[in-house]
Amino acid sequence: MKTALTIYQRELTAYFTQPTAYAIIVIYLLLSMGLTFTFGGFFRVGDANLAYPHFYWNPWLFMLLAPAIGMGLWSDEQRTGTIELLGTLPTSTWSAIVGKYLAAATVCLVAIALTFPLWISVNDLGDPDNLTIFSGYLGSFLVCCTFLAITMLVSAFTRDQVVCLIVSVAICVLMVMIGFDTVVIELTKILPEGGVEPFIAFGVWDHFNSLMRGAFRFQDFVWFASIIVASLFGTSAILTARRS
Amino acid sequence: MIDVKNLTKRFGPKLAVDDLSFAVKKGEVLGFLGPNGAGKSTTMRMVTGFSPVSTGQIEICGISMIDDPQTAKRKIGYLPESAPLYNDMTVTSFLNWIAKMRGLSGSTRKEAVAKVIETCFLEQVARQSIDTLSKGYRHRTCLAQSLIHDPEVLILDEPTDGLDPNQKHEVRKLIKELGKEKAVLFSTHILEEVEAACTRAVIVDQGKIVADGTPSELKDQGNGSLYDLFHKVTTTDAQAAAA
Repeated sequence: MKTALTIYQRELTAYFTQPTAYAIIVIYLLLSMGLTFTFGGFFRVGDANLAYPHFYWNPWLFMLLAPAIGMGLWSDEQRTGTIELLGTLPTSTWSAIVGKYLAAATVCLVAIALTFPLWISVNDLGDPDNLTIFSGYLGSFLVCCTFLAITMLVSAFTRDQVVCLIVSVAICVLMVMIGFDTVVIELTKILPEGGVEPFIAFGVWDHFNSLMRGAFRFQDFVWFASIIVASLFGTSAILTARRS
Repeated sequence: MIDVKNLTKRFGPKLAVDDLSFAVKKGEVLGFLGPNGAGKSTTMRMVTGFSPVSTGQIEICGISMIDDPQTAKRKIGYLPESAPLYNDMTVTSFLNWIAKMRGLSGSTRKEAVAKVIETCFLEQVARQSIDTLSKGYRHRTCLAQSLIHDPEVLILDEPTDGLDPNQKHEVRKLIKELGKEKAVLFSTHILEEVEAACTRAVIVDQGKIVADGTPSELKDQGNGSLYDLFHKVTTTDAQAAAA
C-alpha cells in the first residue's frame, strides 16, 4: 500500500502541474457561485441555508466536471503505454487504482472546499445549522466521488479520453435526470414493464437530497459506497482482462 | 536467472507464443530475433509479468512470476517497446518516482538517480520536461528507469529502435557491459546487433524458436551470413498470407 501513496502523489502532482485541475476548479467555482446567486436566489430566499441556493446545483455541475477530472485516469495510461511501465513495477493493480482514484477525489475535494467563503458568509449573515451545511458538503463530495468512480470504470475500457468523457457524462447525466418525474414517465413508455425500476434505483437525488437537508441515513452511505466500490472492482477486472 | 518453460499465449484462436522454452544465465546477453509479429514483445510482456500466460512457467532468479509476481518483478528492469513515459514530469522527477516505486529511499535513491543519469547520458536534460525530449533522450530516459534499482535481470524490448548510429553504438556497448553482471534479454530485428552485443541469440518465428546458438554458430548455420539464416528460417508476410 506504500506504492499506492507514491502513485497518489504522482497523480496529484500531475493534476496540478498541468492546467487540468486549475481549469476544472475555476470553472466549478464560477458556475456554482453564479448559480447560487442567480437561480439559487441566495439573497432573495433570505435564509441562512445552503441546501437549495447552493448544494442543489452540485450534481448538475459534477455530472459534467467529474468526468473531466477522471477521463484520463486509465485511458491516457493505455494510450501512451505507461500502463506497461506501471504493470511491471512491483505493485498491484489495486494500489494503482486506489492511488489514482484518491488523487482525482482530492481535486474534487479541493474544488468543493474552495466554496468555504459561502459557509463563512451565511454564519456572518445569520444563524445556520452548521451540521446541516457539513452534511450538504459531504453529500456533494460523495456525489462527485460516485461520478468519478464511474468515469474511472469507463476510462479502463478505452484509450480515447474523448470517448471516455462522452460515455461517462452520458451515464452521470442519466443518474441526475432519472430523479425527475417527466423523465421517468418517458422511460416507462420506452422500456418494458419493470425495466424502469433499476434506472430509478440508479438515480442520485434520493440519496443526495437527504444529505443536502442534513439527514444522515445509513442507506444513502451504503448506496454511495456500493457504487464506488463496485466501479473500482469493475476497473480492476477490466484492466486485468485487457492485459491478456 | 530467467527460466522460461513451455510458454504459450493465445489471443482467442490465434497462437501468439507456441510452447517456447529458453533460459538466460548470469553473464549472458540473449538476443531475441525475429520478424515483426513473431511473438517477441508478447513473450517479453509475459516474462515481465505484465501480461498473463496462457500456459507455461516463468521463473526469475528462482521466483515464479506466476505465483509471486510482486517479488519476481523486483528482480527485473524492463524497457517496453515504445519507451513509454509520463510526459507531465521532468526527467529527474520521473526517475525519482520510479526509484520510490522500486522501494528506494533517502540517500540510496538520490545516488541511484544520479548514477543512471550519468550512465544513460541524461545530464543535459535532467531538469527538462519529458514532453520536450527528442526520441533518443526519451528512449534513454526509459532505459535509465529500467536500470535504477540495479536489477539482476534486464529485459529490453528493441532498445536501439529509433536511435541515431552513435546512440545505437553507445547502447550496445552499455548492454554488453551490463551483461557481464546481469542476465540480459533483448529483442531486436537488426541482425548486426547480435554480433555487436549478444553472447547467444535465438530466432523466433510464429511463436516458436527456429534457431538457437552463439552468433558464430548461427552464422555457420547460415553459411557465413546471419541474414541468409534469418531469411531461411522465418516466414515472410507474403508466405504467411498465402498459408
